[in-house]
Amino acid sequence: MATARESGNGALRLAEAAGQGTLRGIEMIGYGATLFGQAVYWLFLGRRHGQVVRAAPVFREMMQLGIGAIPIITILTGAIGIVLAMQGITSLEAFGAEHQVVIMVALSVTREFGPLITGIIVAGRSGSALAARLGTMVINNEVDALRVMGINPVRFLVVPSLVAMMVMVPVLTIWADLVSLYGAGLYITSELGTTMTVYVDDTLSYLTVEDVMHGVNKSIIFAALITMIGVLNGYSVKGGAEGVGRVTTSSVVQAISAIVLTDLVFVFAATRS
Amino acid sequence: MTEAQPAVARDAVIEVRDLVVFYGPREILKGVSLDVHSGEIVVIMGGSGSGKSTLLRHMIGLERPTSGTIKLLGNDICGMSELELYEFSKKMGVAFQGGALFSSMSVGDNIMLPLREHTSLDPKTMEIMLRLKLEVVSLAGFEDLMPSELSGGMLKRAAFARAVIMDPMLLFCDEPSAGLDPVVSSALDELILRLREALGMTIVVVTHELDSAFRIADRIVVLDHGDILTIGTVDQVRNSDNERVQDLLNRRFEEEILDPDAYLARLTGEKLLPERERGI
Repeated sequence: MATARESGNGALRLAEAAGQGTLRGIEMIGYGATLFGQAVYWLFLGRRHGQVVRAAPVFREMMQLGIGAIPIITILTGAIGIVLAMQGITSLEAFGAEHQVVIMVALSVTREFGPLITGIIVAGRSGSALAARLGTMVINNEVDALRVMGINPVRFLVVPSLVAMMVMVPVLTIWADLVSLYGAGLYITSELGTTMTVYVDDTLSYLTVEDVMHGVNKSIIFAALITMIGVLNGYSVKGGAEGVGRVTTSSVVQAISAIVLTDLVFVFAATRS
Repeated sequence: MTEAQPAVARDAVIEVRDLVVFYGPREILKGVSLDVHSGEIVVIMGGSGSGKSTLLRHMIGLERPTSGTIKLLGNDICGMSELELYEFSKKMGVAFQGGALFSSMSVGDNIMLPLREHTSLDPKTMEIMLRLKLEVVSLAGFEDLMPSELSGGMLKRAAFARAVIMDPMLLFCDEPSAGLDPVVSSALDELILRLREALGMTIVVVTHELDSAFRIADRIVVLDHGDILTIGTVDQVRNSDNERVQDLLNRRFEEEILDPDAYLARLTGEKLLPERERGI
């Protein structure tokens, strides 16, 4: 049977490419789920097999991907907060409802922008670094070296990153929420002539714990996605330094796509219930 | 194929039986069998693509064979679970071709990693063991450097130190002299001989360097296209009447048997019909 490539039919070729892409995607989700399962297994049962997950590398990772991301997250989410406030006031003015901007900003930031922007920044900063580091280790036989030393690579390399991500991304999200709301507050109070105390009171009265937790819960899922995608890309590296560059790029693209699509599903489910 | 008996009959610590390995449709190892006895240095030699690295990767448990068995110290590693294999790997050390030191850790931390992971020794003892091994590989005082600050030869010596830090009974070395100048490379040969003498290990070395193989080997295994051409002492291999062995020893490259149809098909990029359809 002639393949699409040989028949030269453009539509067929496109369909074939789409099909292969889908298969690869499903395969990757399967690998990701297995890897996640293994990571959880080693985290909780590793000690039983003499494969202890140590605290030091977890804290090192937390410092790198969490504390290290604070400056950039502060700047970007602060800016996003101000932009939201400006856009909000301009659009709501049309209805004479510019005072409603506080609730709009509060909900958008905690439910959407906080976790989303944090996820995207962490994917770009740390997801890519994880893919590059693992990719280089695979190429230099360092992962093989771990295995022949009797050290499980998932326990030694993946678990610390996963734990650090799943702790730090929610923390960063809460920080992003605070900075973003503060940024918006600065603009809103000066534009509408109110005080910060009134703004804070308003925000607190509109916001529920459920709103904040909606964002934080999403960010935990984003953290797992970023780690798994970084690790899978790093492990699948082929072809030397150029390959490392390729997996680094694809880990960022895939992680951001996964974050946005997961968000879509999450919001759809949350707004239906 | 002649198998030389060691001078004193000793137990085989490594037994490979009928090892067959396929990568996809390609047969990389075609039923390899060999024994390595306690305290021996066996060199596995062969050109590129002979399957020597594949054989090594299977012997150290990194990959599972299509069929056949590998017994290390009497344990069948092909039948082991992942956890059993981790436990077993404490009894063996592997020095990889490029060193495979972790670039984010200092040389000392790299070498002490197996101790930290598998023992509960106190840090002082670990440091003493580290310095002992650094002395053996002539790298004393280098423990605080990062791997990127070491030369190629030093990296390999550090890799040896890491491989022997747990005093393993078996040591595997992948291309110890690849990419090194003759002086450094002969120093590494000396190191391998010294490790055997000092620590009484059984050592398997994979290399394509003839000089190095002749210098260190008790026995040499010559692999070619996934088959064992010969196993014997250095003299036996040197005097082998096998034409391919002599080709390898005299660095004569293998003449490709040319099939005109296949050649034409290769040039035009067409798929070659199976022989029977071409009427051969």
